[in-house]
Amino acid sequence: MIAARLQAEPFEAAAEQAALLAGRSDLGAAVSFTGLVRADDGLVALTLEHYPAMTLTQMQAIADQASARWPGVEGSIIHRHGRLLPGEAIVLVTTASPHRADAFAAAQYLMDWLKTKAPFWKREERADGSARWVEAKASDDAAAGRWDQPGRVVM
Amino acid sequence: MLVQLLYFAWVREMVGADAETLALPDGVATVAALLDWLATRSGGHAAALKDRSRIRVAVDQRFATPETPLAGASEIAIFPPVTGG
Repeated sequence: MIAARLQAEPFEAAAEQAALLAGRSDLGAAVSFTGLVRADDGLVALTLEHYPAMTLTQMQAIADQASARWPGVEGSIIHRHGRLLPGEAIVLVTTASPHRADAFAAAQYLMDWLKTKAPFWKREERADGSARWVEAKASDDAAAGRWDQPGRVVM
Repeated sequence: MLVQLLYFAWVREMVGADAETLALPDGVATVAALLDWLATRSGGHAAALKDRSRIRVAVDQRFATPETPLAGASEIAIFPPVTGG
């Protein structure tokens, strides 16, 4: 099972992984991916807006697709919303499986689909007081599309 | 048919509201028809919806296409391509 969570508060990546692995002796691989606010071009803050009625449902649908594809993988995805500062964590994907290939692949799949199918929008604030909405990247769609079942996550 | 419309990100800013409840006229039966009709409602709506390649829509919290029918829909969200993760 891969659980989805949505929160404004920070998360603790090490604690999330420790909780997943506690008491287990059947798992041979654990992957932890954290996405961070990067201070490009004078960025001073990043605000994540989202669609409350849809976001968590869509995140769980993405997680369930990963579970169906890699039944041996367990883990969680956590996505934050609200105003975040450079260096703060935005998103955490934690996976574990008996062998490393599945844990790596599922983590990448989860991130690729979170980028393209979870209803979040990033607004950048700069030191000069200007603000702009981040444009979606064609490369993100291409990254998700390479998982050869693009229609299945579009629910 | 009464529907709740939701706007997010720069679509919300350009429309000037985060939500509105509207009665859809007869003939507005698909997402594409809805966008065409909404664009006539104000300068802000028109500006926000001008480039349809930058607009995404969810009908009752599911991603939709221009052809998606609106029959029975109660909540329609209009927003830019997503940029989370």
